[in-house]
Amino acid sequence: MSVEANVQTSAERKAASKDFNLKKRYAAERRFQVYGIIAIALGVFFLGALLFSVVTKGYTAFWQTSINLDVTFDEKVIDPSGKRATDPNVLLTANYSRLARNALAEKLGLENPNRPMLRDVNNMISAGARIQLRSMVLADPSIIGQTRNVWVLAKGDVDSINKGQVDLTVDESRRQVNDRQVGWMNQLSEAGAMQQRFNTGLFVNGASSRPEMAGMGVAIIGSLYMMLIVLALALPIGVAASIYLEEFAPKNRWTDLIEVNINNLAAVPSIVYGLLGLALFIAFAGLPRSASLVGGLVLTLMTLPTIIIATRAALKAVPPSIRSAALGVGASKMQMVFHHVLPLAMPGILTGTIIGLAQALGETAPLLLIGMVAFVANMPATPLDPATALPVQIFMWANEAERAFVERTSGAIIVLLLFLAAMNITAIFLRKRFERRW
Amino acid sequence: MSAATLAFIVLAIGALGFLLGRMKALSVSGGKLSTLHSLPGYYGWHVFIWATLPAIALLSAWLLISPNVVSSNVRAALPADVLAEGTNKINLNMGMIDSIAGGLRLLDDRELTQVSAGFRELRPILAEKGVALAANGEDYMVEAARQQIAAEDGSRFWMTVLTIATSLLLAGYAWSRVALRFRARNKVEFVVLAGLVVASAIAILTTVGIVFSMISETGRFFSSVPPLEFFFGTVWDPRFAAADDPNAAGQFGLIPLLAGTLYIALVAMLVAVPIGLFAAIYMAEYAGPKLRATAKPLLEVLAGIPTIVYGFFALVTVGPFLRDISAQISGIATGDVASFIQAQSVLTAGVVMGIMLIPFVSSLSDDIITQVPRAMRDGSLGLGATRSETVRKVILPAALPGIVGALLLTASRAIGETMIVVLAAGVAARMSVNLFEPMTTVTVKIVSQLTGDLEFTSPQTLVAFALGLTLFFITLALNVYALYIVRKYREQYE
Repeated sequence: MSVEANVQTSAERKAASKDFNLKKRYAAERRFQVYGIIAIALGVFFLGALLFSVVTKGYTAFWQTSINLDVTFDEKVIDPSGKRATDPNVLLTANYSRLARNALAEKLGLENPNRPMLRDVNNMISAGARIQLRSMVLADPSIIGQTRNVWVLAKGDVDSINKGQVDLTVDESRRQVNDRQVGWMNQLSEAGAMQQRFNTGLFVNGASSRPEMAGMGVAIIGSLYMMLIVLALALPIGVAASIYLEEFAPKNRWTDLIEVNINNLAAVPSIVYGLLGLALFIAFAGLPRSASLVGGLVLTLMTLPTIIIATRAALKAVPPSIRSAALGVGASKMQMVFHHVLPLAMPGILTGTIIGLAQALGETAPLLLIGMVAFVANMPATPLDPATALPVQIFMWANEAERAFVERTSGAIIVLLLFLAAMNITAIFLRKRFERRW
Repeated sequence: MSAATLAFIVLAIGALGFLLGRMKALSVSGGKLSTLHSLPGYYGWHVFIWATLPAIALLSAWLLISPNVVSSNVRAALPADVLAEGTNKINLNMGMIDSIAGGLRLLDDRELTQVSAGFRELRPILAEKGVALAANGEDYMVEAARQQIAAEDGSRFWMTVLTIATSLLLAGYAWSRVALRFRARNKVEFVVLAGLVVASAIAILTTVGIVFSMISETGRFFSSVPPLEFFFGTVWDPRFAAADDPNAAGQFGLIPLLAGTLYIALVAMLVAVPIGLFAAIYMAEYAGPKLRATAKPLLEVLAGIPTIVYGFFALVTVGPFLRDISAQISGIATGDVASFIQAQSVLTAGVVMGIMLIPFVSSLSDDIITQVPRAMRDGSLGLGATRSETVRKVILPAALPGIVGALLLTASRAIGETMIVVLAAGVAARMSVNLFEPMTTVTVKIVSQLTGDLEFTSPQTLVAFALGLTLFFITLALNVYALYIVRKYREQYE
């Protein structure tokens, strides 16, 4: 700037000093505004990129490739020695995958297939088909010898190709599915025997190492138990604590300490709560690992500060005139709080509680430490049974290598985000609908 | 009778007591309610409290204590040669006795006489019922299991009798006290107040629990690894695979983990602070109500997204993107298409964590900037300063302490963040200044030392508590200081 200033003529200098460098200052002003706009745009862009990335990767998870087969429940395959009337194990251990394989080979019109060919055929069908056919036979043994039309799941790799997620120009030897199988897939698709159908398994199945059979049913149940525990414990305790601190507690060192303490607890890293849960509930109290009860207790401790802070704000917002009026007509302090102040503060309290619950629902780190990273295939019947949680399920799937798990992870994230969005929208609705401005 | 039914019965007695107490209050008042000290409902609640609280307390205490009493009685009755075998062996045997007792409860009388012979006969019968027992059981265990069952049944009987008796007696006592001048409301309100105090003490208890549990486990860790080696060690090598071998000592140096934590937090702050601060300034000083009403909630959505989602975003989108783009750049610059940014790196984790922190910085700073009094703004504008000059020369200096506090709070969040770094920062504990290579953090190591079924005996697992304690105190110090600054600042302008 100094160089330019020196070559200015005296007249120019005079003019410049008269308008106080206005040009420059206005330019700085504009630049400053542009920085602000860029900052906001960047923030919104990141949000968009994140959601776009998750949705484009994940929306396909809600459909799963299935194959339509005419399965002949061949007695020679299921029960070659004819002992099923006496030995119940025959039907349990029969070779059901061969039924599916034969049906598919027939569908493809293969005549006298050799062994490698049959292996390829078998590799297109999910291992879940075996369980599906077995439960059909166990439910109704009379279908042995008959032919039924069933949809069975295709293998995860076949599903990925069918959804166009695999680069087919890559050399055959470096792919999970070879060219012959891709040809069969096209054949099936053209015949309408291979279709993408709605993926109910994603919502009801438990853990599985096979992507096409893995679901988040256990995780949803586990998360549900935990949310119920958090709601049942954190709401009453949080509200009671806030009422004491806001309405009854004398202003002294002790209440000051509690106040500072609660603010700090809200900022303690969540993983520390996991360590607390591990030491207190599992090592000391002897509760079982991986149980949603322990997860619920840990999340309760974590959510309490949020609920207390929100409740105190809601109680503070109730004007003192309400309190004076209640006391003036002869209510006791307790009656004043429970009959007048608390009902008026309820919308604010509920909003805070829902936001706290949403936080707890998305929390992962403390749950990793109390053993919720578990391969749980069976539905938990009680909160003491091993379970997992939605975010933990996402974490476990994110660590799986197969392509099909990326899609499932994103699908699970979409479900989690939808739950969170629903909770937050409820909170906003409650606030808008019931909030009173005094 | 099971504890749950017992609790239910006690509650039923309480409900009955409520009705009776209320009825008596109504009848002594003779229809003139104003002669009663309290509303009739309070007399009912008074009876309810006396009927339930002491009985439930007795029940819980009994449930906590009786298993210990029973097992120590059973243990004392074991044959002398078994008792001489040392604590570990005895504990194993007690576990065995426990499962035999559990199994015996499943049998009916006919089967019970059948198995009176001894362990050998018992084992197949219990196996049929789904109770698998180890083969090395001995006959005295069956005898001890029978003793245990007898003791448990006795304890349960007395628990039932005493709990119900307490409930009934105290309900009767409370009912008998119902009278015109009896101050029932005050008594009930005292109990409610006590409940409120207890609830507010839970917040304190949580902190105490955190500190005590971590200090005790950390103490056990320091008994095998000297604190100096932990706090000032520069090598992190816990020898996980050799955790069972007492001779394989791992090295637990905190420094590389702390370095990684601070480095990643620094990168995150470099991303979050400019974006968040400028966004806050623009929204507070320039934006019209319409833009503010859309942009602010949009940015706050970023704060509501769970951290695991950010971690996944870093793992599958940002990491590969940075890796590929670095390969392109080095392809243009040197002709060699080798990526110099690894998919898991300080940069990836830092950038994604920075995105997560934008809303914290922006909403905290927004609050603080809007708190600066109107008069200061008007004075500056009135002297002819432009709006950006007002922001830079008047508002920011005035808001500086508050903003520093907000940034400290944000930094403490960055240090304690777990899921993003677990997925995006890598697990290699090393010290380097290269942004493009993986480093690891304190939180990552806490997770990796504690994931899986491990016993809390080896330093390999206990070190997680030492790490957690360190983390707790670092973030605590940051928070206390930040809250102190923010509070002081708020007072200044109120």
